[in-house]
Amino acid sequence: MSTVHAAKGVSSGATEVPERPFLSVENLSVKFPTEDGLVQAVDGVSLTIEQGKTLAIVGESGSGKSVTAQAIMGLIDRRTARMSGQVWLDGQELMGLPMPDLQAIRGSQIAMIFQDPMSSLHPFYRIGDQIIEAIRVHRSVSKKQARKETIDMLRRVGIPAVERRVDDFPHQLSGGMRQRVMIAMALINSPRLLIADEPTTALDVTVQAQIMELIASIQDEFKITVILITHDLGVVADVADEVAVMYGGRVVERATTAALYLKPEMPYTLGLLSSIPRMDKEMDRLDPIPGNPPSPINLPKGCVFQPRCAYWERVPDDLCKTTRPELLATVPDHMVRCHLEPEVRREISASVLSVLSGGRS
Amino acid sequence: MVGLLFLLSLAVFFLFNLLPFDPARLTCGKVCTPQLLEQNRHRLGLDLPPWDQYLAFVRGIFFGRIYAPDQPFPIVCHAPCLGYSFLRHAEVTTLIARALPVTLWLTLGGFIVWITFGVVGGIVAALRRGRWQDRVLMTVALFGYSMPSFFIGLLLIFFVILQLQWLPFPSASAVQAGPFANPVKFFQTMILPWLVIAILNAAFYVRLTRNQVLETFGEDYVRTARAKGLPERTVVVKHALRAGLTPIVTAAGLDIAYLMGGAIITESIFSLPGMGSLSVNAVTNYDLPLITGVVLVAGIFIIAMNLIVDLLYGFLDPRVRIG
Ligand SMILES: Nc1ncnc2c1ncn2[C@@H]1O[C@H](COP(=O)(O)OP(=O)(O)OP(=O)(O)O)[C@@H](O)[C@H]1O
Ligand code: SF4
Ligand SMILES: [Mg+2]
Repeated sequence: MSTVHAAKGVSSGATEVPERPFLSVENLSVKFPTEDGLVQAVDGVSLTIEQGKTLAIVGESGSGKSVTAQAIMGLIDRRTARMSGQVWLDGQELMGLPMPDLQAIRGSQIAMIFQDPMSSLHPFYRIGDQIIEAIRVHRSVSKKQARKETIDMLRRVGIPAVERRVDDFPHQLSGGMRQRVMIAMALINSPRLLIADEPTTALDVTVQAQIMELIASIQDEFKITVILITHDLGVVADVADEVAVMYGGRVVERATTAALYLKPEMPYTLGLLSSIPRMDKEMDRLDPIPGNPPSPINLPKGCVFQPRCAYWERVPDDLCKTTRPELLATVPDHMVRCHLEPEVRREISASVLSVLSGGRS
Repeated sequence: MVGLLFLLSLAVFFLFNLLPFDPARLTCGKVCTPQLLEQNRHRLGLDLPPWDQYLAFVRGIFFGRIYAPDQPFPIVCHAPCLGYSFLRHAEVTTLIARALPVTLWLTLGGFIVWITFGVVGGIVAALRRGRWQDRVLMTVALFGYSMPSFFIGLLLIFFVILQLQWLPFPSASAVQAGPFANPVKFFQTMILPWLVIAILNAAFYVRLTRNQVLETFGEDYVRTARAKGLPERTVVVKHALRAGLTPIVTAAGLDIAYLMGGAIITESIFSLPGMGSLSVNAVTNYDLPLITGVVLVAGIFIIAMNLIVDLLYGFLDPRVRIG
């Protein structure tokens, strides 16, 4: 096996293989066989993040964001799902790891915060004990020491009256407080990668901002690499360095945050941008993208966005209906999956953005 | 609770004492003159109106009771008097007190075996879901679940005692004496009955435990447990099973309660003088005071276990505890 690799490496040229970025997801596919058919939740997703950066994954419900995140952490049941691809974390491949090695990484190197803090904590155990448990799976410290660490961490994430709260059960806390507990639990072993899967979706609007602030400040303080999953492009601008837009189980556009906001190219991204609520504009109604996301069982044969796309007729030969577009670089560090000519895309994008900015200024 | 017990006693008493049997007739013997019948009726207190009979019965439970004190040789029934079996010439309380420990040991031992095998088997099946261990366990459970207890019992007696002679014949006296008098004989007698009870129940508990664990597997907090890096064993036992324990505890509580009323078939097959044998005896002989007593005691167990299960809920689920 290794000789084959070596031979390939030589034949493909003498250039050194560039070092992998801190996190590199390569051609990840996750399919669930179900009674209704094969659910193609994630299909050929590739992502990279440099250490200490924040990548936002954005997309509508069902676009495969959570499945991608859970696959990175190895949380997808290997027995029921068909998975392929690779996940490299700091030079180590995770998808092929045996379970015990994976367990050693979960919660210590990679930690995760989930969408619903109401149901993500075990209802029968005290919050302190749940965090202490997370410490003691990975490090052999005394219960007393673990409790001290727990209290310190709970205080850092902004839980008031910690000494008393640490022995509360989850149902005694508000949603925002529970999400803070989840964040404390995620941070307790100083992970190097934090995956936050829609951490504010289930919370009140006022609390949402606080939790986002907390995550941003944690990022600063702990120098942690973050994957932030959201369906709201609005929150991305402040925190993310890069954005990957997902649709129908694949990445359709990937760019730095600035490039994505200022020079988006993929029609779906334009649609997402048009549906961000804007405080500064007095728009009656946002323009949600017409139509519904595709069923992950019966994905369109061509571009998965084609049924909802307003521009597919501008591509010759019905290519959008027959052929899947590739994710290709349009400019360095900006990848787009669309059959339209780059010039045409930019033209469309410019006109949409000018309408968005009011067309008045 | 007290109200429930009162209703139970009322129901049981009137159910069995308003049946179209004449208890006086049953205790009267072969040559029964009307005079004798009347005298009997008076001795048994059956000449009183039903309501007074019931009051006498309840008073007897608290203060004891003397049957026909105006007659020569009145019968004294000590508190707590559940009645007097004229057929057996014994106080019902005494009869039950003799049978109850046998049933208690039978239930207790059987319970320990079945809950151990049931829960462990269920966990293993859940951990190995879809693989051969799971299939074997579920198939065995299905067999155990669908086999009648007398069949399992007779099979065990035939092979283990008669054919292989691994164990001696069951000894009723060893069981009545309890596990401390002659432990070897006690266990030799009890192992097979325990197995019969355990096989029947364990089969159900394997399925229940497996289903509970698999159901909670879909919960977010189980995913959190995995995301923490806990080993699968801990995820299953401490997180998934713990959350799905309530129905298992409920079922166990009720099963124990039912068994305390007497495992009729198991006790009969192994000739164990417990509550089951006692009630069979009472029913076949129309021994109404005894039937009343046995059913009342069995009912008390069911009420008590329900109460215990309710208390356990609070212990198991902090949301119930604090409200
Ligand atoms: N275990 C599973 N079995 C079958 N289908 C699944 C499973 N998990 C996810 N899916 C399907 O995969 C698709 C992608 O799901 P995913 O949860 O990743 O979406 P998402 O982008 O996170 O959406 P949301 O914003 O609603 O969280 C969905 O259609 C979902 O129904
Ligand atoms: S490939 Fe075609 S259908 Fe898909 S987004 Fe581009 S123009 Fe629209
Ligand atoms: Mg999701």
